[in-house]
Amino acid sequence: MSEKLYAISVVVNGMERKAQVPARLTLVDWLREELRLTGTHVGCEHGICGACSIMLDGEPVRSCLMYAVLADGHRVTTVEGLAQPDGSLSVLQDSFCQLHGLQCGYCTPGMLIAAQGLLDATPHPSDEQIREAIGGNLCRCTGYQQIVDAVKHAAARLAEGSLSPRGRGTG
Amino acid sequence: MIVGEGTAFRYIGKKRRTKEDPRFVMGRGRFVADIALPGMKHVALVASPYPSARILSIRTQAALALPGVHYVLTGEEFCAATDSLAIGVDTPKVTRYALAKDVVRYAGEWVAAVVADTRAIAEDAAELIEVDYEPTPHVIDPEQAVAAGSPLVHPAHGSNVLFHRRFVWGPVEQAFAKAEHQLALRVRWGRSATVPIETFGVAAQWDPGQQILDVWASIQMPKYPDQAARALRLPGNAVRVHYDVDVGGSYGVKRGIKHTVLVGYLARRLGMPVRLIEDRLENMRGGDAHGPDRVFDMQVAFDSDGTLTALKIRALDDVGAYAGRAPLQLGKPVSAICGPYRIAAVEYEPTSVMTHKTPQEAVRGFGQSPTNFALERTIDHVARQLGMDAIELRRKNLIRKDEFPYRIPSGSSYDSGDYHTVLDKALAAIGYPALVAERDAARRAGRLAGIGISTCLEPSGGNSAFEPLFNPKNDTTTWMESCLVRVDLSGAITGVMNTSSSGQGHESLVSTVIGEVLERDPAGIRVVRADSLSALPSNSPVGSRMAIMLGGAAAGAARKIKETLIEIAAHNLHCTTETIEYHDGNVAVRGHPEQCMTWDQLVAIAHRKFHQMPAGLEPGLQAKFVWEVPTGGALPTADGVVQIYPCYAFETHIVYVEIDPETAKPSLRKYVCGHDCGVMINPDIVHGMTYGGIAHGIGAALYEKFAYTEDGQLESGTFMDYLIPSAMEVPTIAIVDHCTPSPLTTFGQKGSGEAGYLGAPAAVANAINDALAPLGASIETLPITQDDLWRVIETAKSSTA
Amino acid sequence: MKAASFEYVRAASVGEACELLRQDGDAIKLIAGGQSLVPMMAMRLARPSRLVDINEIAGLKFVAPEADVVRIGACTRQCVLERDDALAARVPLLRQALAWVGHVQTRNRGTIGGSLAHADPAAELPLAAQVLSARMMLRSTAGVRAVPANEFFTGPLATALEPHECLEEIHWQVWPGHRTGSAFTEVSRRHGDFAIVAAAAQVTVDDDGRCTRASFGLGGGGQTPLAFPGLAAHLLGTRLDAAIVQSVAKDAAIELDPGNDLHASAGYRKRLAAVLAARVLHAAYEKAFTPSPALPRKAGEGNVLGSTQ
Repeated sequence: MSEKLYAISVVVNGMERKAQVPARLTLVDWLREELRLTGTHVGCEHGICGACSIMLDGEPVRSCLMYAVLADGHRVTTVEGLAQPDGSLSVLQDSFCQLHGLQCGYCTPGMLIAAQGLLDATPHPSDEQIREAIGGNLCRCTGYQQIVDAVKHAAARLAEGSLSPRGRGTG
Repeated sequence: MIVGEGTAFRYIGKKRRTKEDPRFVMGRGRFVADIALPGMKHVALVASPYPSARILSIRTQAALALPGVHYVLTGEEFCAATDSLAIGVDTPKVTRYALAKDVVRYAGEWVAAVVADTRAIAEDAAELIEVDYEPTPHVIDPEQAVAAGSPLVHPAHGSNVLFHRRFVWGPVEQAFAKAEHQLALRVRWGRSATVPIETFGVAAQWDPGQQILDVWASIQMPKYPDQAARALRLPGNAVRVHYDVDVGGSYGVKRGIKHTVLVGYLARRLGMPVRLIEDRLENMRGGDAHGPDRVFDMQVAFDSDGTLTALKIRALDDVGAYAGRAPLQLGKPVSAICGPYRIAAVEYEPTSVMTHKTPQEAVRGFGQSPTNFALERTIDHVARQLGMDAIELRRKNLIRKDEFPYRIPSGSSYDSGDYHTVLDKALAAIGYPALVAERDAARRAGRLAGIGISTCLEPSGGNSAFEPLFNPKNDTTTWMESCLVRVDLSGAITGVMNTSSSGQGHESLVSTVIGEVLERDPAGIRVVRADSLSALPSNSPVGSRMAIMLGGAAAGAARKIKETLIEIAAHNLHCTTETIEYHDGNVAVRGHPEQCMTWDQLVAIAHRKFHQMPAGLEPGLQAKFVWEVPTGGALPTADGVVQIYPCYAFETHIVYVEIDPETAKPSLRKYVCGHDCGVMINPDIVHGMTYGGIAHGIGAALYEKFAYTEDGQLESGTFMDYLIPSAMEVPTIAIVDHCTPSPLTTFGQKGSGEAGYLGAPAAVANAINDALAPLGASIETLPITQDDLWRVIETAKSSTA
Repeated sequence: MKAASFEYVRAASVGEACELLRQDGDAIKLIAGGQSLVPMMAMRLARPSRLVDINEIAGLKFVAPEADVVRIGACTRQCVLERDDALAARVPLLRQALAWVGHVQTRNRGTIGGSLAHADPAAELPLAAQVLSARMMLRSTAGVRAVPANEFFTGPLATALEPHECLEEIHWQVWPGHRTGSAFTEVSRRHGDFAIVAAAAQVTVDDDGRCTRASFGLGGGGQTPLAFPGLAAHLLGTRLDAAIVQSVAKDAAIELDPGNDLHASAGYRKRLAAVLAARVLHAAYEKAFTPSPALPRKAGEGNVLGSTQ
């Protein structure tokens, strides 16, 4: 295949990843198809649904609206990179489980990225702020209610510095 | 066998984390696009730009010459090599294939499929395919489509009508003749759908050594492997569907049978794995996943005191250019044709008509939500005409709790309910008198403000008796579900379910039920999915059936395991099974606690100690349970009377809306839903789906529409124009629960997969119309847009000027 | 929805970008945030043979407040501008406009230059530029030329940028006077969607509350975002009472020739234009001048934000 390839180096979830990619390969497709980080999802490919959200240099962006070549030299965090260093769920991920802030799971990685971005910047968000922060992430399963509840729950836990038991609750 | 009222459940009904959530928050779901088969090729489609045209020629040489392209398939080859897809009504001349042959019937219909090394190359090649069309006359409006002289979508069929029948249940004409009042009303349910965030996708691989076609798909469909095999002219046991693919939402629409036959054919033809993941443009225009698109003409007869005596419902549904199960979406509402009301006489005249638009597919509720909307608008109009309060009118006509089981004129019996109590609870939760005062104060301050209410039913259980009702040649009455439960050598429990899931939490459902029956912690119970070759029969999650049917099957299988354990115990403790007490998987002789055995001991006997097994008992510890839907199994009478779904959940929505009179922008300020689906097996799952259903309903009521131009072009084919509500459009919602258990199910559970969606559009429409009432105006078409509101407000202003 | 093939170049400097544009401007597109361009490329509506990435050019990313102007580099991210308090103090309309631009994620990546160069007639930043008569600095290998906003936006998705030119900086005037207030509002279908109609206004008043300077404009009502300097002049010397604001807003709406589309009819747009123009003018005035307790409010001058937004 004669499509020209470009060398990129991107730190993905803390690990440097080097690759040769066509210019038109989007960041989301590179993450999913080449790096096999399939946690980030494709929903629309025109920047509306937010299922493709990742952190670029620590801030949530739509990875379907970036070509992988544009990410050269930058840091990317995907949903796979949200867990604690020891592999256990982050407080936010755990709160999503506790409050059932998801159903089919397709929008969930994007939601987590958007919510984590919010909590990083605004540790005590109001309901309105939560809804605005996830306003660019569409969900068809949950009606958003339990997602908002989960984010609030996570914010409260983080605020009190509570290190409630990690991992699965009494399933 | 029903667990008695007042039984305290140990696991059922308790707040529990689900089995599914952890893998999804980790990003470790396994959706169809996540599956990489070695050597897999990718498909892109060429779509018709015309709503109706003859295909004169297709030139593929340039596409085939592109490096990385393996094949270009057109209808010529494909339609000769495969069979037409199934249609739910008796219309043999209406054929349907994934690729058009000779003619195209809607803008977006697939004309050719390109197979290439990457999706990008496939799209490059698709652009190089030249198709010559000769446009022919088209019809877009359903009322024109039924009129004489209309262009025909399928000329061989002779008309555009796929189905038409007039059902008369009860003394309708007499009731209208002697009623003190009647009114007529036309309402429209605009074309929208549940549009999941994941598009449909399918990957297939043909194994020539074993002659098996493996299929992975984002699927929610009954009889999927069977229909795929049939269309591919393969034996039924040559198709293996892997149900352990996570489905990113479906709510009815993921019926990609045409995509599957296409990809299955290509995989076999080319000897390489092939996958098609719809992009969003393909999905919206050519995915054949639009929803009901209806015009309702309603007539209601009533007395001065508000008693509703008869209904006439005429429903015209535009299914687009082809039909799978879509016409049957006019049939499901027969199961609750008079809603939650005591109406003794009903006439129902559904017509399913084709136009040159994207085909319609099953959407959450299978036609019940549009019907509820039409009914609830009618109720509000009756209230208005009588000068009666809309809630009082409902109270008067709602079936009372002492009237159950209540048989409606079309033949279904409502199993149980306490509609008045749920209504009271919802009114209390929203603080109704204060809300009325708030609305009235807003009006005095010059704002448009309205309260809307709906009281609706969710038929559940999936007895799809509307199939034979709409097609007497289809005498299908079996609507079964199954579960297998195994206890392995280590004593660990595994439940095996036999279909796919798309967010409903079936693994949690099954593990909770098994745990409840066996008195073992569901946290340790694993639920896996068989593939279609090793599966027990399933009718898939449709018609709000899984809590009832899969729950019932899991309970049945678990009960058999429990009985087996008790038999082993009795045999080894030298007593009768009646004197064995079972607690938490351990057993003891009643009155003699020292004569006991543990779970591990019983398991060991079952698996290893044949010498200690009672005679005639199967070794090992596994049980399957396959069962028919309760109250099912009967064919309709000649008058079209039949019991359809067995269990009826109830919901009432109360909505407060304000509309800015200057900008015409509506804002949903308060939202309460009262919900009764009997016993909830996992409340978080039920609530979650109800919130989601309400969001779907708000979309259908205010935002979402597949809009067509006169030229038959889809104007809203991207997410920029098809407006899915975000967290900013969906308000905070409060749900209040009530529980009237079903007498027909294992634990008293009813289905709730469609909850919220069935009552939200009606309530939102009623609220908007209450807000417009002081202007003397109403809007009877969904979605209600800001532009629509502006027009009404302007007209009212100029007429009072 | 995979884009057609293209070549990629990452420009290290504005000069390099301009040289590339000089060579092949018709076939090249600059890519900054990509929030508008990439969807078009995904749908194959845009098919540049080469993309020149200007995201890494430090010289295009800055906010430089000067005496009476704030210079902003074209590749400055919208989120950076949103958070800049010094900018908000000098050009408050920008932060107000940015609150309506898309969603958090699009603002994290989108740039001010990208939005202006894309020139959607309903977009917020072009409207702010029009109302504040921002000056666009267009650079090419031949040098820099300044183009005022009202000459920059030439039509829907069309600007005065020549194929060999690159938008380098935007200069925003800082209005002198301590009683300056601005406001931005819009009506869309959903939060974050393109505006059906957007309105922006900025006024300066003297200590008596009389208007000494005013500018307002509407987006989504025509081929480009529109400012109404002639009508704004009627506000001078007044206290922006209800009658004058109503009249000016109504006249602005009459000047519009909006189209019909899926989301709004021309009639609805004109109605919104009159309503929103009045609202932003009142809101801007409120911000500029809050009367001291000694001065009684005139009848009819209520708090405009009391009505439902």
